[in-house]
Amino acid sequence: MSVLVDRETRVVVQGITGHQGTVHSRQMRQFGTSVVAGVTPGKFGTDVEGVPVYNAVRDAVEATRANASCIFVPAPYAKDALLEAVDAGIRLCVIVTEHIPFHDMLVMYHYAKSKGTRIIGPNCPGIASPGKSKVGIIPNVVFQPGRIGVISRSGTLTYEIVNGIKEVGLGQSTCIGLGGDPVVGTSFVDALPLFEADPETDALVMVGEIGGTAEEDGAEYIRHHFTKPVVAYIAGRSAPPGKRMGHAGAIITRGKGTAETKVAALEAAGAKVARFPYEIPGMVAEAARKAQR
Amino acid sequence: MVKLAEWQGKNVFRKYGVPLPRGTIARSADEAEAAVREGKVPLPCVIKAQVLAGGRGKGGAVRFANSAEEARSAAGAILAMEFKGEKVREVLLEEKLPIGRELYLSLTLDRTRRLPLLIASPHGGVEIESVADSEIDRQTVDPFPGLTGYEKRRVAQVLGVSGSAARSLDRLLDSLWNVFQHEDAELVEINPLAAVGDGLVALDAKVIIEDDAAFRHPEYAEVRDDRTELEEIAREKEIAFVQLDGNIGVIANGAGLTMATLDVLKELGGAPGVFLDLGGTDDPKKVTEAFLLMARAKPASVFLNIFGGVTRCDTVAKGLVEAMGQVPASERFPLIARIRGNNEKEGIEILRSAGVTSVFDLRASAQAAVDAARGRP
Repeated sequence: MSVLVDRETRVVVQGITGHQGTVHSRQMRQFGTSVVAGVTPGKFGTDVEGVPVYNAVRDAVEATRANASCIFVPAPYAKDALLEAVDAGIRLCVIVTEHIPFHDMLVMYHYAKSKGTRIIGPNCPGIASPGKSKVGIIPNVVFQPGRIGVISRSGTLTYEIVNGIKEVGLGQSTCIGLGGDPVVGTSFVDALPLFEADPETDALVMVGEIGGTAEEDGAEYIRHHFTKPVVAYIAGRSAPPGKRMGHAGAIITRGKGTAETKVAALEAAGAKVARFPYEIPGMVAEAARKAQR
Repeated sequence: MVKLAEWQGKNVFRKYGVPLPRGTIARSADEAEAAVREGKVPLPCVIKAQVLAGGRGKGGAVRFANSAEEARSAAGAILAMEFKGEKVREVLLEEKLPIGRELYLSLTLDRTRRLPLLIASPHGGVEIESVADSEIDRQTVDPFPGLTGYEKRRVAQVLGVSGSAARSLDRLLDSLWNVFQHEDAELVEINPLAAVGDGLVALDAKVIIEDDAAFRHPEYAEVRDDRTELEEIAREKEIAFVQLDGNIGVIANGAGLTMATLDVLKELGGAPGVFLDLGGTDDPKKVTEAFLLMARAKPASVFLNIFGGVTRCDTVAKGLVEAMGQVPASERFPLIARIRGNNEKEGIEILRSAGVTSVFDLRASAQAAVDAARGRP
């Protein structure tokens, strides 16, 4: 039992005929994911490296029993793509697309929730469980099967940190990249219970960023409900207030959502907080040793 | 993030039926005087600098006039100002209304609950941050039914508004909700919302439009004119460009990795200057573009920290070496490059043979960038 994805996960890639869709479908298959179908309106009957392409998600689901979607559709059409997946009965949607207006995402999130569909993202690297399945774009090379869970708001920093965990000889149970947008389908608070319940996870790495209060909310959950060891890291300690650091998620305003408030909340919840990314692997190794005792 | 000046925000408000004082914009003292003489602005009137910074009243950027001549000299004085570093390009002239109570209204996003948040307070006309929490009402609004009657009645009660003013408020809230949704706003704020007679009038307007929705709002493209040349180029190439105070240039991919890189540099005693975030991509063409853009910012040293997911590191390294050749000798700077991911060993070899300091370790490579910048301007 891993978190959200396993060997039964059958992925339909929405926007498979685009560059990103094609490249990452190939990499997902190399990872071991069952990519069973692609969807691009008007391209029915073609295939992308052997993966059949359908005009609509419903057609793909009927033909291939797909049960998860990975969305690469450009931002202006992403809302429609998500609603289509939800209406076709897909209950896990990973949205890789960036720059989706948050007003669209509000509708997407609440509609999906009302139908029982979980969204990961948008603007996210996706989810991977080594040896089982990957839905998204996290590079395959950083993984090896193991017992460390990872939840992160970052993209490439996640790759860096997951890679570091591998380099000290540990592996990952499941890694979820939540995405850095203001409105995300799955936040720390939503993901933490999944790792608490996962018997394959011994310890958790939580990677946050300045801006918003998702880390503080996560810390609150950890304090009351999370029993496994947590190593956390918050990027952006040196960022000046009011500057937008790269994407919409990372902005500090009005003394809320600063690195200090996040670190303090996590430490108060019993998490060990790394000051720099390169401290994480050693701290995780230590936490994993304790967890196994 | 497109921040609209007050007059631009009010133009949006007008389109949606939010009640406003009568007035017009002027870009010179002549225009201001003519606006009053032609009756576009009834007397007495108020003249306000059109800048994005707050605190205009205290800062002398809001003045009053009882005649066309006074309007002329007030507008002239304000247009000559530089307000908190911002040049005043326009003034807004509006009728001075006999106002009663000043209220506060805004719509923004509640990230945690993933819902629009409607904020109301009976204490308007001051910074909302300075109002006691108990005097601020917050309610989330579900985008599916939209703003409902009971939510609007609650606002009326909070604001202490009844009778025809409450009917005016009801329509105004609908307008505000429509602005928020249809204009893809991050923030719509009226502060103060003033009681005038038995109605309500928006005396100020603060509207921030979300960048990601630019594709359906071409009308705001011309508002983005306060960028430097380098910022504009970066924007066109979809590279996040931020100018800090230091002298070490940073190129990284992804906001998290970029910020982590800055944190490490600072810890090691370095001062990050310009940083470029390529986003989640490791596209070698974009790395090269960022590198050439960085060269124009004249850094003392550059730390390039890329985690390659899709592209192979040797491909990125080759592009980088090629780009180095395009920088004139007089503008060269020490480059420390750390490229991790697929084929990283081959990448590091290519960089080293081109004379670029290249190590895998984040701390060691950051230290090299700090050392290289030391002793340089």
